[in-house]
Amino acid sequence: MTDVKLDLALAQQSLVFIFAAMVVYTVSFLIFAWHLTNIASNKGSGEAISTKLENIGFALFGFGALIHGSGVVMRGIAASRVPWANMYEFSISGAFVLVAIYLAFYRLRDIRIIAAFVNGFVLLILGAATTYFYVQVKTLMPALQSYWLVIHVTVAVLATAFFNIAAALSVAYLLRTSPRIASSTKKFVVGARRVLDFFPAEKTLERLQVRFNAVGLILWTFTLAAGAIWAERAWHRYWGWDTKEVWTFIIWVLYAGYFHATATRGWTGRRAAWLSLVGFTSVLFNFTIVNLFFKGLHVYSGL
Amino acid sequence: MASSRPSKPSAPQDLMVSDAEAASQAVNSPDLGLTGWVRWIWRSLTSMKTALILLLLLAAAAIPGSVYPQRSADPNGVASYYKNNPELAKVLDWFQLFDVYGSIWFSAIYILLFVSLIGCVVPRTRVHWRAMLAEPVDAPARMQRFPAYAKVTSEASAMAVLDRAEAHLRQGRYRVVRRKGSVSAERGYIRETGNLIFHFSLMGVLVAAGLGGGFSYNGQRVLVEGEVFVNNLASYDSFSPGVFFDENNLQPFSMALDKFEVDFDLNNSSNIGTPLDFRAFVTSKLAGGEKRESVIRVNEPLEVPGAHVYLTGNGYAPVLTFKDPDGQIAFSGPVVFLPQDANYTSLGVIKLPDAKPNQYGVLAFFYPTKEQLETGAFTSIYPDPVDPLLSMNLYVGNLGLDGGVPRNVFSLDTHGLDQVAGGKSGTKAVMLKIGETKQLPGDLGSVTFNGLKRFASLDLAYNPGQVWVLLFAILAFIGLAISLSVPRRRIWVRKFESGFEVAALARNDDPRLEDIVANLVEAIAPKKGN
Repeated sequence: MTDVKLDLALAQQSLVFIFAAMVVYTVSFLIFAWHLTNIASNKGSGEAISTKLENIGFALFGFGALIHGSGVVMRGIAASRVPWANMYEFSISGAFVLVAIYLAFYRLRDIRIIAAFVNGFVLLILGAATTYFYVQVKTLMPALQSYWLVIHVTVAVLATAFFNIAAALSVAYLLRTSPRIASSTKKFVVGARRVLDFFPAEKTLERLQVRFNAVGLILWTFTLAAGAIWAERAWHRYWGWDTKEVWTFIIWVLYAGYFHATATRGWTGRRAAWLSLVGFTSVLFNFTIVNLFFKGLHVYSGL
Repeated sequence: MASSRPSKPSAPQDLMVSDAEAASQAVNSPDLGLTGWVRWIWRSLTSMKTALILLLLLAAAAIPGSVYPQRSADPNGVASYYKNNPELAKVLDWFQLFDVYGSIWFSAIYILLFVSLIGCVVPRTRVHWRAMLAEPVDAPARMQRFPAYAKVTSEASAMAVLDRAEAHLRQGRYRVVRRKGSVSAERGYIRETGNLIFHFSLMGVLVAAGLGGGFSYNGQRVLVEGEVFVNNLASYDSFSPGVFFDENNLQPFSMALDKFEVDFDLNNSSNIGTPLDFRAFVTSKLAGGEKRESVIRVNEPLEVPGAHVYLTGNGYAPVLTFKDPDGQIAFSGPVVFLPQDANYTSLGVIKLPDAKPNQYGVLAFFYPTKEQLETGAFTSIYPDPVDPLLSMNLYVGNLGLDGGVPRNVFSLDTHGLDQVAGGKSGTKAVMLKIGETKQLPGDLGSVTFNGLKRFASLDLAYNPGQVWVLLFAILAFIGLAISLSVPRRRIWVRKFESGFEVAALARNDDPRLEDIVANLVEAIAPKKGN
């Protein structure tokens, strides 16, 4: 660790790539949004144009992901280590993984409809990362010099991405099954309803949401256990109710509750979907508020 | 996790019925009696809905522990909370909000949760055991009411239909049983096995964590280069044992800190002064007389029998000699200075109760690489000792050490003392470079800055339960992964006069159920032209 050479120029280039990716993502987001409004206004004789628009959107989304991925890799090379040692890096890497996983499931027709949600969310993450979380490349502090940085954080990023997609599906499910939306006669809501009709059936949304959450929970369990193993090395005990440990535990318990709900009569459907959203809100809370404002050992935001 | 109350495993409905129903039936029955009530309470407690609510409660109950400082993780935070809001702190303390995870209410929730878990999992294990031994259940009378169903007209013989069905299902790793005119099949028993392993392992984690915590201990010790630590209670600066800890369990060993090294970055402009690596070179001597040299790093503790030794901090320990006016040595040795910032501006306290003619105390600042600010004050601009300077403020008077009241060695209570050097005393602080000797004002004698050493803060911890916690955590992980990914399905095929029917049922929502029925139908009676 003694002779690390940080490449500041390359880090600068990486940032340019991230900004470029944001520009492309903005365009693809607008196209996805256009696609949805098309459906809402029932223009362009149905599916043909719509599908073409959606395909263009996905092509751009994929192109943006390539630029985004290059930016992430450059950041890693600039720092001579994995690009997720502070909040900025975790955000850009995490957002990339989210896009990659979403695009990997592109063949599942049923999740294409949430493209605008995912795309918009990725833009938000990158916007927050570049505006609020940006820090210059630095070497790893001794507490982070461990192979667990690769294992624990990679799996945490993956878990977050799966929870994220599940949360988007939960939103779709809640909109689709909302009695208020179903009965409203307001013009705007009627348009929205037409979009919702294009969404996969309730059953499908529910099922996909459970699947993504299941993978998320398995990965989160691993994250928690790996974190404990690492904590024994770096913090001298495997568990000590540090604020980060507390919130990781809370999230785990919430998703465990979610899976009990999916098997409890009266709790499936909308209630379970709300729980899935509460779970993901906690994930976001854990990453932002706990990182920035709570006192604890897991102080790696770099801010 | 998933679960219905164990009822008769043979009825297909048992796959779907929830406990809530069982419980509500009990509520409706008019005359319960005492045993009835006990049974009802037990059933309610072990129901899925209760487990769900307890889980949500547990999540909510854990939140305050991240908001308020906890005695276990942040005792100083609690102390300063008491200082800043003494009234509120008392109220919070009454509600055990500074000890959330050991509080009555938090414990009550998780104990209830685990009782509920045991009450649910134990009977289910019995049911699952029987199901594993039993043959797949008979084809139900009315198969058309199942979620996936197909009825096909076919001229094939009963023998041919059932043979093909059986072959196809066996290929799909189903457990198959052939009965008169029908085939029953089931697969995915391991889903429930995984589910049970997961829940039992959680109990294992809890028990191992509890017992392990009881027998554990951890202690802290600051060691200056050249010093030796011997493992007994008196050697620790602070020590916190578990409830079952016995002093005789401390393994005898000693450990000398030979050298402490730090690398700070000097190459990268964005990173100047950032620590890259800390290394404590130690020589340990174990009970058998075996000598071992090792390096302790932040993520690499030293493992000796009976303890892990972790590196938690470091800093400078200037070696100082204080002499009385008559040349008598009042104090001599290294003094641990606590770093105050990233550039190791450090604060040290020296108390000289035996100094003649007067007791005095020293509040000293150490700057590894000094820089004078415009105000005249000093600061450190780099953490390595490039241009070190020691600056001392002196206080004369009764240090209060003779009253038998324990005092913090890292702080000097200047109340009632008379400042004779530094600050507003009118006399400049005593400044020393390495090797220098200076006379102290007020005829107190002299001081020599003999040299500079580093110290390491070490944490020694022992927890016999953690290996078991890890083992159960791994089992729980495997169990969870299996129970969330393997589908459990039942399939029946029945031959009737002019054809056959197929039905399938899944324990959980299963998107492939209809495809599976379609594939089976195709395998039994291939469509012509395909």
